[in-house]
Amino acid sequence: MLRFILRRVLLAIPSLFGLLVLTFFLVRVVPADPATALAGENATPAQIAAIRHEYGFDQPLYKQFVVYLGQVARFDFGESAYSRRPVSLDIKQRLPATLELTITSLLLGTFLGIPLGTIAAVYHNRWPDITLRILSVAGVAIAAFWFAIELQLLFSMELDWLPLRGRLSSSMDAPPLVTGFMLIDSLLAGRWDAFTDTLHHLILPAMTLSLGGLATIARFTRAGVLETLQRDFVTYARAQGVPSRVLIWKYVLKNSIVAALTQIGLLFGGLIAGAVVVETIFDWPGIGFYTVQAILTADYKVILGVTVVIGVIYAAVNILVDLIHGLVDPRLREQL
Amino acid sequence: MSAPLLDIQTMRLSVKTDEGMAQILDHVALTLPRGRILGLVGESGCGKSTLVRAVLGILPRGATVDSGHILFENEDLLRLSEQELAKRIRGSRIGFIPQDPYLALNPVFTVGDQLLSVMRWHAPAPPGVTGRRARMRHHRERLVELLRRVQIPEPEAVLDRYPHQFSGGQRQRLMIAGALACSPRLVIADEPTTALDVTTQLQILKLLKSLVAEFDISMLFVTHDFGVVAQLCDDITVMYAGQTVESGPTAAVLADPQHPYTQALLACHPDRAQSLLGIPGRVPSPLNAPPGCRYAPRCPHAIDDCTRRAPHFAETGAGHLVNCRLAETQPEAA
Repeated sequence: MLRFILRRVLLAIPSLFGLLVLTFFLVRVVPADPATALAGENATPAQIAAIRHEYGFDQPLYKQFVVYLGQVARFDFGESAYSRRPVSLDIKQRLPATLELTITSLLLGTFLGIPLGTIAAVYHNRWPDITLRILSVAGVAIAAFWFAIELQLLFSMELDWLPLRGRLSSSMDAPPLVTGFMLIDSLLAGRWDAFTDTLHHLILPAMTLSLGGLATIARFTRAGVLETLQRDFVTYARAQGVPSRVLIWKYVLKNSIVAALTQIGLLFGGLIAGAVVVETIFDWPGIGFYTVQAILTADYKVILGVTVVIGVIYAAVNILVDLIHGLVDPRLREQL
Repeated sequence: MSAPLLDIQTMRLSVKTDEGMAQILDHVALTLPRGRILGLVGESGCGKSTLVRAVLGILPRGATVDSGHILFENEDLLRLSEQELAKRIRGSRIGFIPQDPYLALNPVFTVGDQLLSVMRWHAPAPPGVTGRRARMRHHRERLVELLRRVQIPEPEAVLDRYPHQFSGGQRQRLMIAGALACSPRLVIADEPTTALDVTTQLQILKLLKSLVAEFDISMLFVTHDFGVVAQLCDDITVMYAGQTVESGPTAAVLADPQHPYTQALLACHPDRAQSLLGIPGRVPSPLNAPPGCRYAPRCPHAIDDCTRRAPHFAETGAGHLVNCRLAETQPEAA
């Protein structure tokens, strides 16, 4: 197993390097010249040249790339041209909020999607299956911003059960910052009131964000379980008197979730992209809204920093998914 | 004579398909006395596996039993609910050895996990052993003992291995141990040697034969191979297109086959065949099976009556039954 982990981690290095090359060139290829954008509308050519020099754009590309690699290694993405604060500091402050939201959505999608998909497969072509099929198509098709607003109208405006926006009520003191994850920090501080308040704030955005993923996970689980149910070992286990409850939720499910697991890894990227919309609607102080602003102002250092950090997280999540694959299927451990 | 362990009579079963109802089993009769090995022989698609599934109560959705009974230890299995079957028949009193051991084992659980979980549900707790952990320890010991008996090397270590780490023959030995683990009365083996090479096949057959006497079980052995039956089985039941055509003691049936189908099938066996001709014609579709004897369209001896009325079993020797109109009309002395 240790060899398996090591190999999988080593395999991620080329993709990360590819990410760095890509981000490096993207900024230098896009038509919006960052130096011109930074200098403002009425800048003289001399001013633009000065900014070019300041940012190192006048250096040969390979030199720029080496400098860039060094910066990334030190988690130093320079200063935001807009806020004049170090980009890494902004990311550090905002990323936990986004991760808290995306991870919650992912867990919601996984722990609802897998059982729902399994039930649908067991009741193949009967009403639970048909219902789920309709809902999952809807789940993928419904626009997040529309669903979010509907949720807000119902649960916040109409029923007044859940807060409309934000991460913590304004009347509530934030727990001391340790991890940046509000749920964890409030537990660490023993602040039960802050914990439940955060949880309340989290429900609607997490529901919105998890919708597409939930539907995808349920669909892949359903397909996997349906396929597994056809296999001989299911017949054998039934012939040997294994109770159907154990058969489905233990023997069949473990064989079926590989496809769904792969989706979970891939979905994570989509979730972070989806967080841009959800964070804007729910006024969630995460990295999504921050990135949108940076893109609109061509704040290229912020864009770079965010892209690299999200890329690394995405790679890490997919390594984790692969490792779980290895845990699930003993044959994979030996192959890799 | 005491009642047979397994007695199936006038069994009819149909399956709903897209093209209509298919009559998969038609007037099937089968009797397995205690302590014997019965070979159920027939070509693929003749309904052998469906019959086995009916006995175990694991018929696919859409299959319905139209008539008949399956008496197992004087209890009609067809009258039992799914819960009852799962609780006190499958695994516990009827053990099952599958055709392909490679496909029958779950690839992502250890062998020990799979075999022991069946024992946890179905193996009888020995007197004096109480508590979950003590029972599991006992089951584990019994399983290791069984694995040793079926000649698996290092039986203790084997429990933590995954199915893909075993050879075909070893896997089939695992399945045999699994079938015996809960001390069943009957073991159903569904072509257990078909997926194996010839030398392994012989070893497995020898092992099965010795185990039947040693563990005081009866065995229903499904196969398409008369050679295997001759080596292993005490009795034979031959099926054709969902009907039982002939049954009796192995020696009697092989020496003097009465049904034209059995005769033709035996003539096709590579060991005996004069030429590789096979049987002319093809097996009728269960969707529109002939009303009478299903073999009649291919039978060289068929008379008009054969296609009109179903034949009845006629006894042509001690325990030798033939389901053929010709045998019915022939005088017993012939």
